[in-house]
Amino acid sequence: MAILIDENTRVITQGITGRAGKFHTRLSQEYAPCMVGGVHPYKSGQTVLDLPVFGTVAAARAATGATVSVIYVPPAAAADAIIEAIDSEMELIVCITEGIPTLDMLRVNAILRKSSSRLIGPNCPGVISPGKCHVGIMPGYVHKQGCVGIISRSGTLTYEAVWQTSNNGLGQSTCIGIGGDPIIGTDFVALLELFERDDDTKGIVLIGEIGGEDEIIAADYIKDNVSKPVVSFIAGQTAPRGKVMGHAGAVVAGGKGGAKEKMAALAAAGVKVANSPAEIGALMAEVLS
Amino acid sequence: MNMHEYQAKELLRQCGVPVPMGFPAFSATAAEFAMLRLPTATAVVKAQIHAGGRGKAGGVKVVKSLSECRAVAESLLGKPLITPQTDSKGKVVNRLYIEETANIAKEFYLALLLDRSLPAITVVASTQGGMDIEEVAAKTPDQIIKVAIDPSIGLQDFYLHRLSIALGLQGTVHAPQFHALLRQLYALFLQYDLSLLEINPLALVGENGDKLLVLDSKITSDDNATYRQQELQSLRDFAEEDARELEAAKFGLSYICLAGNIGCLVNGAGLAMATMDIVKHYGGQPSNFLDMGGGASAEQIKQAVRIVLQDQSVQAILINIFGGIVRCDIVADGLITTVKELGCQVPIVVRLEGTNVDAARDMLQQSGLRFTLAENMADGAQKVVAAANKAS
Repeated sequence: MAILIDENTRVITQGITGRAGKFHTRLSQEYAPCMVGGVHPYKSGQTVLDLPVFGTVAAARAATGATVSVIYVPPAAAADAIIEAIDSEMELIVCITEGIPTLDMLRVNAILRKSSSRLIGPNCPGVISPGKCHVGIMPGYVHKQGCVGIISRSGTLTYEAVWQTSNNGLGQSTCIGIGGDPIIGTDFVALLELFERDDDTKGIVLIGEIGGEDEIIAADYIKDNVSKPVVSFIAGQTAPRGKVMGHAGAVVAGGKGGAKEKMAALAAAGVKVANSPAEIGALMAEVLS
Repeated sequence: MNMHEYQAKELLRQCGVPVPMGFPAFSATAAEFAMLRLPTATAVVKAQIHAGGRGKAGGVKVVKSLSECRAVAESLLGKPLITPQTDSKGKVVNRLYIEETANIAKEFYLALLLDRSLPAITVVASTQGGMDIEEVAAKTPDQIIKVAIDPSIGLQDFYLHRLSIALGLQGTVHAPQFHALLRQLYALFLQYDLSLLEINPLALVGENGDKLLVLDSKITSDDNATYRQQELQSLRDFAEEDARELEAAKFGLSYICLAGNIGCLVNGAGLAMATMDIVKHYGGQPSNFLDMGGGASAEQIKQAVRIVLQDQSVQAILINIFGGIVRCDIVADGLITTVKELGCQVPIVVRLEGTNVDAARDMLQQSGLRFTLAENMADGAQKVVAAANKAS
């Protein structure tokens, strides 16, 4: 089964004519035949990568039947792009864009909560159900269809965990990068819930990092609601306080958001916490054997 | 971006918020002139650095005469101030703020910040003003009031009443001032894309102790909004920032200097943090955090190696690139050129994963340079720790 996206998913790209949008849409096309169109407000009627370009998300949805939109629009226009996708009732919106002002995301979040859309990101690599559908910027070939569900706040560190679980033969059901910003559309808990219900997923990898309290909330949730084994790694154990570590959301501030307390909370919830990022795949294999 | 207290107060003043009269001074003479312009006979000389805890560290002093003002200014300027929030070297004081004194009847804590877990702009307030708020929160959490502003309705009047009643600022004397202040602060927060607007203390001053005044303020703005907040950029004090971090930022590199001896060059923030963690896990000490971004161009690799090597304590380098879409042979080519150009003598352990990785490994091995290839992340970390131990 996989979660969020599968072989029947139809995807449009907002920002398809831009450099990043075009490049990554092509890679998604090459991975699986899920891409059905693109959106640019001034380029309606054009064709890019053999895909029709529409002026609005609503028009693209009506013409293609797409239910998923992936956004590569630059930061200044990205919030509006997300809101347009919500307004057009896209079921899943994946925003790759990094650098959206936080107050814009505050506004987006207020609108999102009153809608039925789900937002993944922003500042994320996207979502992939290996062998079925690829939405975002992750390298397709590191993935392998299988039984591990992966949720992560990071990009390349996710690929690392994916690579480890591909190499030891487990493979992945679905991998989701939820984003490295302070305000993101979907947190760990919502995805843990989906993975718990998904028959293809036998175990879950949760990759967190310093900053915020999402991992602590996830630990609380896992304790009572997740029966499948969970393996976790928290990046930033050696990060200094008060410094923003690359991701806008990765900062230990006001005495909150440190790696130690997150690791302790997860361990207390029965999660296998890896001390080293190189142990993620092996730990998963161990708990699933 | 952080601002100095005097810059924060200037912004507040422009928005109509009551702040004491004061003037920045970059020299002892300017400090004397600033004091002359104040209406009070006494003045407060305040060191302007991007760190809290200045008072306890001797960076805030009341002076009673011009000569005393000059003496205090001379004692502070050009010297490091070590506070509980700085590192052990402290921060050099280059700017002072000379401000009128006030008779304080009561002090409060007030802040607007972004609570990312809700998410909402949240007002945090306390009657325990002038204290370290983290300490208050830890010892007496019931003394802290939090009111989250629902972003879909904005700052409604009921929020104002909730706050003024909780702080004992209800009534016709205090409430109108306090409510006006909250409205101004909320508008300022939105207008300038702030992430923190802290006032500590907010004081009741004057003969009858009935006038609200902002005695100290800290403002931080959202770096993601820089493109639309150009006005704030003139307030940026580059002397407060690490020179190497600033230089790295010019090349799209996110660099943070640390105390260890193992340089780390990584693509992606999460993997960069994880690389530091695994170096530590195998007994090494990372000398830096360096995120080259999800991709990694030859130019970025060159600049990254150069910046990491500027740190004299670096004895070995670990390059960890999970290329994916990036072609490893291009990375390898960039690396070989850079090491030749810079004449780098430090051992470099390279872990590459991604497209054309085999060709890349061959290129590195046949380059005749001091590259050690790693099979995976753990192997790379162990090899770099061994290399650093051998060098030291």
